[in-house]
Amino acid sequence: MRHSTIACMALLVALTGCSKHASVNPPLTSRVQGTQIVLVSGEKQIAGVGSKLADPVVVQVNGADGNAVAGAVVRLHGDGLVFAPAEALTDASGQVSVVVQLGGIPSSYEITAETPKSGGGTATVSVREVALGYQAKVGKEVSDKYCRSCHDPESTPERVSNFDNLTPPQPHQFNDGNTLNSWTDADLTKIIADGGPALGKSPQTPAYRNTLTTGQIKALVAYIRAVADPPYQAPAVKR
Amino acid sequence: MSAGKQIANIGRFFAGTAPRRFASVSVLLAVVAAIAPTKDFFSQWRGYQRQYRQLIGARPDAERLQRLFTPGVQQIWIPEQRVVDRCTTCHVAMQEASLSDVRKEPFRPHPPMPHSLTEFGCVVCHHGQGAATTVQEAHYSTKAWEQPILPARYVEASCGQCHMDALGGTPQLNLGRRLLARYGCAHCHAITQPDGTLVAPVDEPPSLEHVAEKTTREWIFAWIKNPQAYATSATMPNYRFNDQEATDISSFLISQSTPSENGRAQLPLSKPVVFPAGVDPVQEGTSLYGTLFCASCHAIQNAAGNLVGGEMAPELTKAGNKINADWLSRWLRAPQGYDPKTRMPRYRFDEKQVALLTSFLLSKKDDDLLANVHLPVPDSASLTRGKKLVSDYGCAACHRVNGVTPPESFAPDLSRIGSKPLFQVGFLRGMPETLPDFIAGKIHDPRAFGPALKMPTFTLSDTQVEALTTALLAQTDRAVTMPPELVRSSPHAKYHPGGDAGRLMEDLRCQSCHTINGNGGDMAPDLTFEGSAVKRPWLLDFMKNPNTLRPALIRRMPKFNLSDAEIQSLSDYMLSAYQGSGFDSQTLDLNTLNADAAARGKQLFYEKYACQSCHIADYKKDKGYVGPALAGVGDRLSPVWMYRWMKDPAGLLPGTPMPNFSLTDGDARDLTAFLTTLREHKKGGAK
Repeated sequence: MRHSTIACMALLVALTGCSKHASVNPPLTSRVQGTQIVLVSGEKQIAGVGSKLADPVVVQVNGADGNAVAGAVVRLHGDGLVFAPAEALTDASGQVSVVVQLGGIPSSYEITAETPKSGGGTATVSVREVALGYQAKVGKEVSDKYCRSCHDPESTPERVSNFDNLTPPQPHQFNDGNTLNSWTDADLTKIIADGGPALGKSPQTPAYRNTLTTGQIKALVAYIRAVADPPYQAPAVKR
Repeated sequence: MSAGKQIANIGRFFAGTAPRRFASVSVLLAVVAAIAPTKDFFSQWRGYQRQYRQLIGARPDAERLQRLFTPGVQQIWIPEQRVVDRCTTCHVAMQEASLSDVRKEPFRPHPPMPHSLTEFGCVVCHHGQGAATTVQEAHYSTKAWEQPILPARYVEASCGQCHMDALGGTPQLNLGRRLLARYGCAHCHAITQPDGTLVAPVDEPPSLEHVAEKTTREWIFAWIKNPQAYATSATMPNYRFNDQEATDISSFLISQSTPSENGRAQLPLSKPVVFPAGVDPVQEGTSLYGTLFCASCHAIQNAAGNLVGGEMAPELTKAGNKINADWLSRWLRAPQGYDPKTRMPRYRFDEKQVALLTSFLLSKKDDDLLANVHLPVPDSASLTRGKKLVSDYGCAACHRVNGVTPPESFAPDLSRIGSKPLFQVGFLRGMPETLPDFIAGKIHDPRAFGPALKMPTFTLSDTQVEALTTALLAQTDRAVTMPPELVRSSPHAKYHPGGDAGRLMEDLRCQSCHTINGNGGDMAPDLTFEGSAVKRPWLLDFMKNPNTLRPALIRRMPKFNLSDAEIQSLSDYMLSAYQGSGFDSQTLDLNTLNADAAARGKQLFYEKYACQSCHIADYKKDKGYVGPALAGVGDRLSPVWMYRWMKDPAGLLPGTPMPNFSLTDGDARDLTAFLTTLREHKKGGAK
C-alpha cells in the first residue's frame, strides 16, 4: 500500500515536471549575429482594440557590412501585445515577419524588436501602432466621411485626395503630432465646430457645428489624439 | 512512533475528561466560526480594493479619489435586463476619468462608451459571470449557462444585440454584417436578427438554368475546382471537389440547361461588323469599355495585378475564357432576356458597339486557365452522380438549377450561435477552447472540423474572418429575447417606380445605383427630390451624355444610348414624380437674385466660405474635387433648390458630406445669385 502511494506520488511529480518542460520552449539561440536591426514595414497601423494588425511587422537584421544577416535571433516585446511568433530566426533575406495582436486598452503601443549584436550588447528598433477604442472609432468614421478628402494626402483609385488641390496653407494631417499635440482639446473642438477663422486660420476649414453632433466632434478629437505621432500626452491632473 | 499512533494519542488527550472535552469543542467551534470571516478578509476583491487605495494615495488628487471610493462589494442590478453585475467591486474606478493614464487592471477607468454603466451593466457587452466575485469565476467560467469574457477584439458584437443599423463606432460589426449578406451565408443558414427578420442575402448568384448558352463544360469544371483561379475577387467558395466530382457536376449542369428567353426567341445575333484596315477592334473596344464606365460595376485586373473597377458585377479579367461570343452579343443587348433578375441595365448599344465590346471582352483571357482541362464524353451515370452532388451540396440554395429544388434549412440555424454552450462545441485538438476561436476557425477552414462536412472554404482575409465572427457573436440568446423597445433598426422601403416610365427605369436598372424614396443602391445620388433639384433642359442633355458631372470619379453613370422619346418620358416622370415640398417663391423670391447679390455671393463663395476648396466654379482657377463641379450649375439646378440645399444639405439628403454652414437667409440668397450666373457657354447644358 505504502509503496504504491509513493509510486503514485513519484509519477505525479514526474508528470508535472514533464508537462512544465514541454510547455516552455527553450529560447532560440544562434551563432549568427548582426550589428543592426531595422524596420522594413508594418509601422503606424491603426486597428480596433485587441485586433490583429492587417499587415505583419517586418524587421531586418543587418551585419557590419550593411548586408542582411540570415539566421539571427530576433525577439519582440511590447506591453499588452501578443506576437506570433515572439521570437524567430531571420529568413534567407535577413527578415522576420511577425503578426501582432494589439492589447485591449485603447492607446498607442510600442513594439521593441531586438537582436544580439556581434561583439556583445543588443540592437533594437521601436515600432509604434495604434489601437482605437469605441470613441476613436466613431471619430475615424467622422474623419473618413468629412475630413479625409482634404486632410489625408493619399489618393487611391477609389478616392482622389484634395490635399494638393487646396490653396496654401495646406491642411494638417491628423497624425501630425508635432503640430497638433500642442493644441488644446478646446482649440481642436473650436476649429472643428466653428471653422478655421475661429482660430484666425483659413476659411478652407468649414464650421461643422450644425453638421456634427457634440459627441461626434468629441469623438473626432479623440481620434486625432489617438493617431498622433509622436503620441499625445494628456495634460496632468492638477492638485 | 507511527503517525497513526500519534493522532490516536492526541485524540485520547482531548476526549479524556469533561472539561477537556468542553474546551476542545469550544476551540473547534471558534475555528469553524472564524473560517468565513477569514476567507472574506483574505478575499481577492479586498486585496484589489487595498491596492486601489494605495494607488490613489500616491496621486495628486488623492483626497477627492478617497472620498469617491466606496469599500465593500458593489453591485449593478437591472432586473429587466437580468443583470446582476458585481464587476465594479474590483474594477473600482470604472467611471473615474482622471485615472485614464492608469494602465494597471482592474483600476483602469472604462474608456468612453455610448451607454452608462448603470444602464446596461457590464456582462451585456463583455459577457462573463457578473455575480461572481473572484477573478477566475467572473472571467473564465465556462459552465453551460455562462460565457467567459468576450475578447476585446470582438466586443463590437455586443452592440449588434440591439442595433441593426451600421453604427459609427462599430466598423468591424458593420463589415461582418455586410459580408454575411454578401458572401451568401444567409442562402444556407437562417440568421434571425434582433427585430425578428432574417438576414437577407444581397449577392445574386447567377441562375444556372441556361448556363450552356453562356459557357462551356470545361470552364465550369475549372471554376468549380478553383473559383479564385478564374477571378481573384470571386465570392464563390471552394468545395474542394475532386476531378471526378467536378466533371460530373459540370456535365450535369450543361445537360440540365434549357434555352433562355433570348435563346428561345432567337434574338438575332448582332451583324458582324467589318472594321476597316488599321482599326484594332480590341483597342477600340478597350477605350469604349472605359468611356461607357463599365468599370463602375465591373472590375478588371491591371498589369500590376490590382483590381480596377466596382464590386457590383462580376470581375471580367478572364471573361474571354468563360463566355460564348453569341451569348455575349445577345446579353449585351438584352441582359434581362437571359436573367430576368440581373442588375445589369439594358443598354441601347448599336452593332458597332456590340462588336467592339465583344472583341475586347473575348480578348481578356488567360491561355493557361483551360489548357489542361480535357473532359471525357459524359455518360448517364456521370450525369446522375452530378445531379446527386448538386443536390447534396446545396448548390440550389444559391443557384437556380432545373430539376433540383432549393433545399430548406440546409445548414444549421445561426440565430443564437453567439450563446452556443461550450459543451456542445467540438473543438479541434490544440485550438483555444473559446467560442470566438471556434467560430473563426470554422469560417476560416470548415473542412478542418471534419472532411465530410459540406460547408465550403471561402476566400477571406483574416480581417474579414474577424469581422464575420463579430457579426455572428452578436447572435446571442439575449439578442433574440431583447425587449422590442430596445431594438434599434430603420425601416426598409420597397419603392419601385410605376407606369411606362417606371418600366423604362426597371429596364435601365436605375435603382441598382440610385436610391429613390428609400429603396435602391448607394453608388449614385439619391433621386428622391431630383425633380425639384434639376432643370429640364439640363436633364435632357445629361441623359444623352451623362458622364461629365463629377470628372474625378472612376464610377460614373454609364451612357445608355437612350432614344429621344425615352429621354422625354424619363424626364417628364422624374420632374413630376420626384418633387419635394416648399420649393417655391415663398421660400426664395427669384427677383432678389440680381447682379449685386451675385457680386456679394461671389465674394462669399471665394473668401468667407472658401467653397472652391471642394467645388469648382471656374475650371481655370479652382481645383476642389470633393463635391460636384459647379461650373454650369446655373444650367443644372433650380435656384430654390440651391438655396435650400445650402441652408440645410442634410435636410434634403441625409448623410451628405456637405456641411451645414448655418447660412443666414441673406448669405444663402447671395450665394444662390452667384451660382445661377455660372453657365456653360457651349451648346447644351452640361459640360
